[in-house]
Amino acid sequence: MNKIKVLLVDDEQEFVSTLAERLEFRDIETLVAMNGEQALHLIEEHKPPLVVLDVLMPGIGGLDVLKRIKRKHPEIQVILLTGHGSTKDGIKGMYQGAFDYLMKPVNIEELINRMNEALEPSKLRSR
Amino acid sequence: MADRNSDQATSILAEPVRFPSEEEFPRRYRLLRRNMILIMVAVTILPLVMMAVINHYEYQQALRREIITPMRSLVSKTQHSFELFLTERLSAVSFIASAYSFEELSDQKTLNRIFHVMKDKFGGFVDLGLIDSFGVQKSYVGPYSLEGKTYMDHDWFREVTVRGEHISEVFMGYRKFPHFVIAIRTENQIGENWILRATIDTEKFNSLIASMGLDSSSDAFIVNHSGVFQTSSRFYGKVLERFPMPMPPINYETDVVETMDPQGHPILLAYKYFLSPSFVLMLAKPRSEVLKSWYTLKSEILIIFIVSVLLIFLVVFKITDILVKRIEISDRERLVTYHEIEHTNKLASVGRLAAGVAHEINNPMAIINEKAGLLQDLIETMPTFERKEKFLKLTESINACVDRCSTITHRLLGFARRMDVEIETIDLNEVVQEVYGFLEKEAFHRNIEVRLNLDKELPEISSDHGQLQQVFLNILNNAFSAVEDGGSIAITSRRQDPELVSVSIEDNGIGMSEETMSRIFDPFFTGRKGYGTGLGLSITYGIIKKLGGHIEVNSREGKGTTFTVFLPKSAKQEAEA
Repeated sequence: MNKIKVLLVDDEQEFVSTLAERLEFRDIETLVAMNGEQALHLIEEHKPPLVVLDVLMPGIGGLDVLKRIKRKHPEIQVILLTGHGSTKDGIKGMYQGAFDYLMKPVNIEELINRMNEALEPSKLRSR
Repeated sequence: MADRNSDQATSILAEPVRFPSEEEFPRRYRLLRRNMILIMVAVTILPLVMMAVINHYEYQQALRREIITPMRSLVSKTQHSFELFLTERLSAVSFIASAYSFEELSDQKTLNRIFHVMKDKFGGFVDLGLIDSFGVQKSYVGPYSLEGKTYMDHDWFREVTVRGEHISEVFMGYRKFPHFVIAIRTENQIGENWILRATIDTEKFNSLIASMGLDSSSDAFIVNHSGVFQTSSRFYGKVLERFPMPMPPINYETDVVETMDPQGHPILLAYKYFLSPSFVLMLAKPRSEVLKSWYTLKSEILIIFIVSVLLIFLVVFKITDILVKRIEISDRERLVTYHEIEHTNKLASVGRLAAGVAHEINNPMAIINEKAGLLQDLIETMPTFERKEKFLKLTESINACVDRCSTITHRLLGFARRMDVEIETIDLNEVVQEVYGFLEKEAFHRNIEVRLNLDKELPEISSDHGQLQQVFLNILNNAFSAVEDGGSIAITSRRQDPELVSVSIEDNGIGMSEETMSRIFDPFFTGRKGYGTGLGLSITYGIIKKLGGHIEVNSREGKGTTFTVFLPKSAKQEAEA
């Protein structure tokens, strides 16, 4: 399997950069965006196959970003991160085409498992 | 006793609001009831009383008039008969006196013949005598031998000399029969005058009175002006005895007075004074007899009056009672609703606060998680160095703490989220565990043993998560306040039948009495005064009803209490039904 390439979007710089560093440790190539606009910009530029997206962000919210990604690039897989105990946002996101949602704080192993699942071609087809 | 109904969920989170205590309610409603009864009774009874009183007098007067009038006319008629009788006798004597000369009348034979004709034709004549102008009896026919007797000094002689005629009062005469005397003075052309005097018995008086046709309780009689009986009375005395009552005022028209007889019975006395002689005809009827029909009617009216007054009172009391109770109930319901809303609002704001705090903490927690993770990653990739194991243990412990924190924040977030009412599929065991999670620390500190006997096979039910949380929180709170430190609480979930599941919360606390048990679901009932709003279990009860379930309580003083909540598998159907 090729090296996974993922875009991480979160407004908490400390969180997102640390997570990026940890993923790099595990041989996952990462891009980091601090807000929705930046994320959309990076997607246009790099076309990553996978985006890990925080739902609650200032500016363009996570669900809006998801909507725009899916409209332009339906092939890009999105995993949502919710800090909001609510499963509602997660479920809403999944209706809009997100692959799955995880609650913060997130376990790194679980995140990687989800990422792998998202990128598996068989899963892609079944969805 | 412990407060089984304290609303600790509220009191933990905010100051309980003070509401009017149990005792203040009845006083207000008692006052309201009293005022309503007074006004209604006044409005209904007063006109009734007035009407009854007016009716009473009107009727009494009408009836009296109706009874007095016949009495009056009877007396008038009878008096007229008396006068007629007396005039007739007077005329007879007068005729004899005028038709015959003094000489003829002086003749014993002639007088005898005349006397017998009169006795025959008129009846009642006892004797007949001629008296000259000097008052000397000239001739006499009758049972006595009165010839030569002088009447010069007698009052009647003087009167007849002056007035020309005289009718005497009654006196006891021949053979002890009452009699009266008629005397006529006659004067011839040459100025000689003489007096013809006849004695008549009073038999005719009696027959005149008998002709009045009186009933047995009435009495008619004649007295003279000075109150001596001229005829025998049925009740008040024999002839020539004294009339035992004061004489009524002189009145030549018939009059009726109310007076008392010597026995003290009230009577109606109708009377008429004669112009001449000095007689008074009297008719006495006992008033009770006269007004008997009126008294009968009066008692009937009285009964009707009393019955209707009682009826009015009854109705007024009943209606007021119902009305005031309704008001009281609706007041209570309103207050309960108000408090429920307030309670819900309070929980909702608490929920929002919790959510805010949880979210704020969650983000730094995520960072700590990542940082610690990175640290761990770095340490793991490094070659073995001194204290590597120690470092790894430290990062692991940080991770463990982060996990604990995230459990707490997720729980708080869940609590907030579930403030919204919604029906969803719920694992009751999970709800119970969540709620217990809130009280775990208290249990630990107070050394309370909490056993969870949860049925692993418990089917999921569709119900309202947040509401159920509140239900179990309330009950569990009560259990916690009922047990001593070191007590024990058992939470058991069970499947009752395919459509019904139950959760029972049993404690070995102080329990409660039958009386308390019967009231714990009443709003505002609190075991301990001034502790809690007394709404906790009332709200709990309301929620369970709303979700289509029911709650049972079992308690023995000193032994403990068991609350069992029964919930249907599907709340929605039942709630809508």
